[in-house]
Amino acid sequence: MLTDIPIHDVQPAPVGETAITACGLTRRFGDNEAVAGLDLSIRQGEIYGLLGPNGAGKSTTVRMFCTLLRPTGGWATVAGHDVADEPDAVRLRIGAALQEAALDPKQTGDQLLRLQGRLYGLRPDEVDRRVAELTSMIDLGEAIDRPIDTYSGGMKRRLDLAAALVHRPEVLFLDEPTTGLDPLSRSRVWDEVRLLNERLGMTILLTTQYLEEADSLAHRVGIIDGGRLVAEGRPAELKRQVGDDLIVAGIDGDPAVAAAAVVTLDRVRVVDAGEDTLVVATGDGAATVGPIAVALAEAAVPVRDLTLRTPTLDDVFLEITGNRLRSDARPDVPADERSEVQR
Amino acid sequence: MTTITTTPSPADSGAIVRARPTGFRHNVITIAGRALRAVPGDLEAVIPPVLIAIFFFLVNIATLEGLTEGQIAGFDYTAFQMPTAILLGVTGVSRAPSLVLDVQNGYLDRLLMTPMRRVAILLGHLVADMAIAVGLAVPILVLGLVLGTGFETGVLGALVFLLLSALWSLAFAGFGYAVALKTGNPAAVQSMFLLFFPFLFLTTSYVPRGQLSGWLDVVASFNPVTYILEGLRALAIDGWTIDVVWAVLAIAGVGALSMWLCLAALRSRVAAD
Repeated sequence: MLTDIPIHDVQPAPVGETAITACGLTRRFGDNEAVAGLDLSIRQGEIYGLLGPNGAGKSTTVRMFCTLLRPTGGWATVAGHDVADEPDAVRLRIGAALQEAALDPKQTGDQLLRLQGRLYGLRPDEVDRRVAELTSMIDLGEAIDRPIDTYSGGMKRRLDLAAALVHRPEVLFLDEPTTGLDPLSRSRVWDEVRLLNERLGMTILLTTQYLEEADSLAHRVGIIDGGRLVAEGRPAELKRQVGDDLIVAGIDGDPAVAAAAVVTLDRVRVVDAGEDTLVVATGDGAATVGPIAVALAEAAVPVRDLTLRTPTLDDVFLEITGNRLRSDARPDVPADERSEVQR
Repeated sequence: MTTITTTPSPADSGAIVRARPTGFRHNVITIAGRALRAVPGDLEAVIPPVLIAIFFFLVNIATLEGLTEGQIAGFDYTAFQMPTAILLGVTGVSRAPSLVLDVQNGYLDRLLMTPMRRVAILLGHLVADMAIAVGLAVPILVLGLVLGTGFETGVLGALVFLLLSALWSLAFAGFGYAVALKTGNPAAVQSMFLLFFPFLFLTTSYVPRGQLSGWLDVVASFNPVTYILEGLRALAIDGWTIDVVWAVLAIAGVGALSMWLCLAALRSRVAAD
């Protein structure tokens, strides 16, 4: 490993300032442990990004926090109430937009929001006000009076978010809120998430596979893999632990020869050799990229391309778990086909 | 941080709005209202059963009236057929398929995340079903009155007639809701229609009990619909007889079974484990 990234190094927030706490939270489905002893502490007013690939346990975790699934081990509190013992108290204080927009296609957007308001005990004048505010927020225009089954995917997502906000929850859960959205719709959702957090101090837990989403929105990021929190911190902190710069070379020759050619160069900290890719971590990319090109040429390793970039959360995830977050994040080879050389 | 160029719209005025616990009755009415509002957009689920019931009502009278009234002195076949037609119209009509859709499209999860009691979701649908069943029974009842059927028990008897018909509809619908909640599968809910045939046809739908052949008479004696039909017919033809009590007990028995299955399926669906 490049560095010793702390695992479960969660500093509990002071009493009274914690919006979400999990301790040894576990959920089993038969023999499969979807969430395996998750420890988490999220402060009030924080945007926390839970980052991980499909099947990592993100959605199961959110469903336990939302009282839709009972933990099989450990415990969790949301807004000061235990999710297993006081689910009604939790439900009054949370809102959630789950992975698939949870909407009734036969209702109009307006009917759906009004029904939500009534079910949360809002008075008629409060329902009117909130529906007007939220309709303006999601900018559906006259479509708010059309049946939801006529909406586009982006419109459904925005309405789903509005439905989660009708009662102005203290804690908002967003499970992959922008998956499948076009870039414009995605940026609008990001705007609203920031606005809710900044103006109302709403605590927001969002799960995502999108690195840039966690990077852009979250005050802190937790990386989850195999149902466990494997790293946590501010995005910049996590990325610093991988290295300051990464040089990525697309190669056609023997990866072992390529790795051996560059590993002894000055300022090179780590070399990660894949089937056709060489990733070099260095403290000074600009000063190292030239010597690497020269070294590979001298070793007779054909180079297709050479790129200098800063680390991403994907690199953090790769470093910790040996896998990329998303299969389409970057062409890569499985961890067992890579070799890593550390100086 | 990525720079976003769109202008955020006001998400909230900042005015204090807080969720509050809601009453059970409020929740049942809210869910029933939603189920009833969906009916105009789903007329294909409620209109055909009434038309079929009216069709068979008229055809059966035309086919069997002469035969039965010739065999049994003082027999009024139109009054005899009216309860059959009404049960044909209201049996199996429910919003259970829409509950399956709620399960499939995740909307049930949204309802389950609200602070209302879980059983209110089920009861709200059932209340809506009762209202729909009464709405379906009325035109058949009116047709029966137009064709000359009277009510020995008067207006109160007619209202009890409608109520028992709606309660039977509810009792039968419970099986559909149990399957809907247990499986979340629309095909499985549709398959509950198979129950319709033994309940509605292995009984005294067309001729009085005394006219049934040996095996069918035995089967009919175990079929609760036999007692429901006889109770409904008593209200129209004979007056307040013990048959009305038997009808109530038969509906209560079937309803207790279907509601038990229903609540078990609901518990299983929302148990969060």
